[in-house]
Amino acid sequence: MAKKKAALSSAVTPRPSPASPSANHDDYSDAFVKQALASVRVIAVVGASANWNRPSFFVIKYLQAKGYRMIPVNPKEAGSEILGEKVYASVSEIPHAVDMVDIFRNSQDAGPITDEAIAKGAKLVWMQIGVRNDAAAERAEAAGLTVVMNRCPKIEHSRLYGELSWGGFNSGVISSKRRKL
Amino acid sequence: MAENKMGFETRSIHAGAAPDPATGARSTPIYQTTSFVFDDADHAASLFNLQRPGFIYSRLANPTVAVLEERLASLENGIGATATSSGHAAQIVALFPLMSPGMEVVVANKLYGGSINQMRHSYKKFGWNANFVDPVKPENFSKAITDKTRAIFLENLANPGGIVVDLEAVAKIAKRAGVPLIVDNTMATPYLCRPLDWGADIVVHSTTKFISGNGSSIGGAVIDSGKFDWLKYKSKYPSLASPAPEYHGLTFAETFGPLGYTVYGHAVGLRDLGPCQSPMNAWITLQGVETLALRMERHCSNSLRVAQWLEKHPAVAWVSYAGLASSPFNKLMKKYMPKGGGAVFTFGVKGGYAAGVKVVEAVELFSHLANIGDTRSLIIHPASTTHRQLTPEQLVAAGAGPDVIRLSIGIESVEDIIGDLDQALRKAAGATKAKSKSKAK
Ligand SMILES: Cc1ncc(COP(=O)(O)O)c(C=O)c1O
Repeated sequence: MAKKKAALSSAVTPRPSPASPSANHDDYSDAFVKQALASVRVIAVVGASANWNRPSFFVIKYLQAKGYRMIPVNPKEAGSEILGEKVYASVSEIPHAVDMVDIFRNSQDAGPITDEAIAKGAKLVWMQIGVRNDAAAERAEAAGLTVVMNRCPKIEHSRLYGELSWGGFNSGVISSKRRKL
Repeated sequence: MAENKMGFETRSIHAGAAPDPATGARSTPIYQTTSFVFDDADHAASLFNLQRPGFIYSRLANPTVAVLEERLASLENGIGATATSSGHAAQIVALFPLMSPGMEVVVANKLYGGSINQMRHSYKKFGWNANFVDPVKPENFSKAITDKTRAIFLENLANPGGIVVDLEAVAKIAKRAGVPLIVDNTMATPYLCRPLDWGADIVVHSTTKFISGNGSSIGGAVIDSGKFDWLKYKSKYPSLASPAPEYHGLTFAETFGPLGYTVYGHAVGLRDLGPCQSPMNAWITLQGVETLALRMERHCSNSLRVAQWLEKHPAVAWVSYAGLASSPFNKLMKKYMPKGGGAVFTFGVKGGYAAGVKVVEAVELFSHLANIGDTRSLIIHPASTTHRQLTPEQLVAAGAGPDVIRLSIGIESVEDIIGDLDQALRKAAGATKAKSKSKAK
């Protein structure tokens, strides 16, 4: 989790403006990730599984409990429900706005999904651990979106808000401030 | 603020600990409780399914113990840690996700004697085979690796002391073989050496020693780098890389990614083997680890002074301390632990077994006991105590010959440490001289 190179320049506030500098995708600052997670409410999960022991299901379940609305996207499950939310075949078929698109597909597939996210008007494109597509990220950032790659929003959320530490993990967070319950 | 940008001393004090959210208590509270209430049935289910972090029962995880775990993970530059009831328990919890009956671990033969016993004899009862090699030549590890090997295990600074292993070379061998390198960093501590930075995959500790530092609490820990790719070697590591039947087909390395090994350590290792660390011991250990850097600095400077002094002592035959320029391991020590050679080492007393026994009986400040890494200076004569069941040949091979005395140098005034050794060595020399005179008659 602790990346070697420090890049304080990446501590920018994600602004939906083409002028906003892109993040250093090798080393996001905690402030950047925190701000990204705080800037969204509705999250489309592309590659969502209906199987409870799959990573995508874990992410949906966890982020739902943290107050996010999680919209599953999976052509094979379209029309059914995952954790109380209707499943759509693609991001473009979701009939309402989404703030973030979380990609549980391989790096190549992340390209066209990112383009869909741009067309959908999302603010944030998130690629899971092991997923990275720099060309797609460049297109999204040029369109004013914020991009996070090769990270898990569940791990990042729990890391930054204290719960990951409960499992004995190195959160990388030091603060003398009292945490909110 | 990002902790990974803060210094070692800062993290020794702060990592993992924040003011208690409920009360604002600044020192970490001792959560002396067996169990934790669930909010509702769904919360309980999510916890048992490992979908949400949280506390169920203190055999699996406990908030005070978790602070120690995060502290140690941070100091070792790891991703996560599993605290255990002892250093020996840490060794088993570390290997448990990797081994199964018939599988092998290649182990350095320069280890704490108790670890050699555990691995040579008790591991057989699990069907685990430990193959011992001399770590002084790294290629010995690669020669011993077979298709059944699941890990390499060594002490980078070996107990009873003086031997430093070429970590980087062994890490390369492990990587080539596709097996994780596990390093017992008890003797060096993360203040002197961080094996994960040199390519090791997992670190184990007996926190009983320098980490807690005051000889009051037994404990251990397993720290994972999060870097070994279990899924790449799926057939070798089914516990982590195949669906786990006891968790309804969940695959730890997939669902938890780089956190999988540590999640397994708690959710299966501690759950089923049971060697959790108590909240009280974790809290005491946390008090110690805050001053690790200061203590190690003094442990090392005192040790160097004592070793240099012993080297010149007429009653001393030899001194084996990696911090001495005369040591064959001084070069490796300067590479891997430039801040010092640690505080545990051996020396040979002239006069053999009888003189060795006399020295440990004559000390007044040193404590004659079987531990290391205390603030107090400790002494033991392995041949007459910890290693007394071994044959004379085995004693020599284990670095515990009849004349060997092991010291663990404390942080008392160095003049007092030297003064005590001097009077004990004089008494021993006098006694053996008198004896040989009476024999000569
Ligand atoms: C290097 C080393 N590893 C492991 C252990 C075992 O630790 P514990 O006694 O905490 O079980 C010891 C104890 O002497 C040790 O010195």
